[in-house]
This record gives sequence, C-alpha cells and structure tokens, in this order.
Amino acid sequence: MAQSAAPASISSAAPAVAPISLKAIAPWAVFFGILMLILLYFVGAEQGATSLLSGENVHEWVHDGRHLLGFPCH
Amino acid sequence: MNPVSVRALLVRGMLAGLGAGILALVVAYLLGEPHVDAAIAFEETHSHDHGPEVVSRTLQSTAGLATGVLVYGVALGGIAALAFCVALGRIGRFGARATAALVSAGALVSVYMVPFLKYPANPPSVGEPDTIGKRTTLYFLMIALSVLLSVAAVVLGRRLAPRLGNWYAAVAASAAFVVAVGLAYAFLPAINEVPPDFPAVVLWRFRLAALAVQCTLWAGFGLLFGYLAERLLLPRAASERQTEAVARTAAAS
Repeated sequence: MAQSAAPASISSAAPAVAPISLKAIAPWAVFFGILMLILLYFVGAEQGATSLLSGENVHEWVHDGRHLLGFPCH
Repeated sequence: MNPVSVRALLVRGMLAGLGAGILALVVAYLLGEPHVDAAIAFEETHSHDHGPEVVSRTLQSTAGLATGVLVYGVALGGIAALAFCVALGRIGRFGARATAALVSAGALVSVYMVPFLKYPANPPSVGEPDTIGKRTTLYFLMIALSVLLSVAAVVLGRRLAPRLGNWYAAVAASAAFVVAVGLAYAFLPAINEVPPDFPAVVLWRFRLAALAVQCTLWAGFGLLFGYLAERLLLPRAASERQTEAVARTAAAS
C-alpha cells in the first residue's frame, strides 16, 4: 500500500484544491439534477401518491426497493 | 478556478453510485428481504382483500429490488457528484477524497437519517393505504427541509469560521442545524399507523436493515467516488494517464 501512502503525504503538503466555477457547474446541475430527480420520483413515488402512468406495474415492480429505501409505499 | 470537467465528475459519480448501489443491493437482499417476507406473511393472515398479484414475489425481491436500488444509487450518485463539484475547494482545505467523504456523510445524514428519525421506513402492512398521499408529501417535505437546513448550516459554518475558528464554527453550525431540525420535528405532524398486533421485532429489524442499506450505499459511494475523483484531480495521476493514453494510441496506430 505504499502507492496509496504517497499521494496522501503530497496532498497534505499541497495547497488547497481550487474550486470549480459555478458557471461551469450550472448547466450540468440543472439538466442532470432534474433528470436524476425524475428517476428518483419513479423509484420512490410513481403510482403511489400520484400516477403519471396508469396501472400498478411500476409500483409493484419496485415495491421491495421502495419499502427498503424508506419511501412510503401503499 | 479549477479546470476539471464537470461532465467527467458527473459520469464518475453515476458510476460510483452504481457500484455503491450493488453493495447496497446485497445488504438489502440479505438483511432486508427476510423481514419484508415476514411482514407480507403477517399481511396475509390479517388480510384485507388483496387483488391478483401483478408481479410475483420472486421477481419483486430480486429483479424488482435490484431495479429500485440501482436506479436510486445512480440518481443519487449523480446528484452527489454535482454537490461535490460545488463543495470542492469551498468547504475548507480538503482534498478530493476528504471532500467526497464529507459530501457522502452529509448526504446520508440530510437525505436519509434526519427524515428517517421523523418518518422511518415501514415494512409492508404498516401504513393505511388511504393516507399514502399525506405520508408521501410529508416525507418529501422532510427531505427537502433537511437538505436545505444542512446547506444553510454549511454556509453558516463558513461565515462563522473567520471569527470563531474552524472548530467552533463547525460546532455552532451543527448546533444550529440540530435546533432547526428539532423545531421541524416538533411542528410536523406525527404518523403512527403500525397495526396494534404487528410484531415489534419485525418492525425494528426491518428499520435497522433499511438503515444498513443507506449506510452501505453512502459509505460505498464516498469511498468509490473519492478514489475516482482523486485520480481525476491529482495532476500526477492525470499525467500518468496521459502517458498511458499516448502509449495506447501509439500502440494502436
């Protein structure tokens, strides 16, 4: 594990990491942030409290995941 | 400003989220599923009429569970990577791995633990079907509140740091966070819909398993993403990769 010890000693002596400009982050944060939230909605809430798709297939398919990930489910 | 590509970090975040999701899936299957089955057995002996089975239990507990946990891992991995991009170099003198670990710990606490302490995970047959709308609204409200309060606490901590020093600024900001969360707990309505004869042991073990799933997910994400981000950000590792790439293109041509 000598390999992992070397960068650690370098980074402790190195100056602080420069921040990434918010302008560079913003477009990614908006598009992917929303996309990820939509994915979470389908795992966590679709066909429970609200339904965009009719039926119960989504709810039944992710049923166990929903319970074990802490989302309210039926 | 750091010229590192946000896209590269986002992709690594989603990959780390997938990896952490696989670890969490193993924990969910081994520790969680027995209690889901026990709760469903209870539901069937006390059953209100339950219609035809749309998806079989075998599929629900394997492929269905995997879909849920892995999509959850990838989605939260992506969001956490974006949070990492903002946090890097802004929350103190931390390197990539330490920042990734702090973002993961913060996500575990604010996205899961704080909402869980007010509205804990419930196994099947706990919870009235009629109140699903109210329960879902309150749960998501609690998550949003908790995330906003934790971001506010970090900002407050950074503001106080020049006056109080890093240690006492962190203590003061954490205390403010705890007080604000306590107020939210006090004012949001309580939900208790556990059937009177539901076995306490099943409920307790199910909730512990749900907590173990999240701890695994975020510990795995913090370590995996920290490793990937460090490699991306460390100039030495980057130059090594460049020489590798040059060697590879040379070998290919």
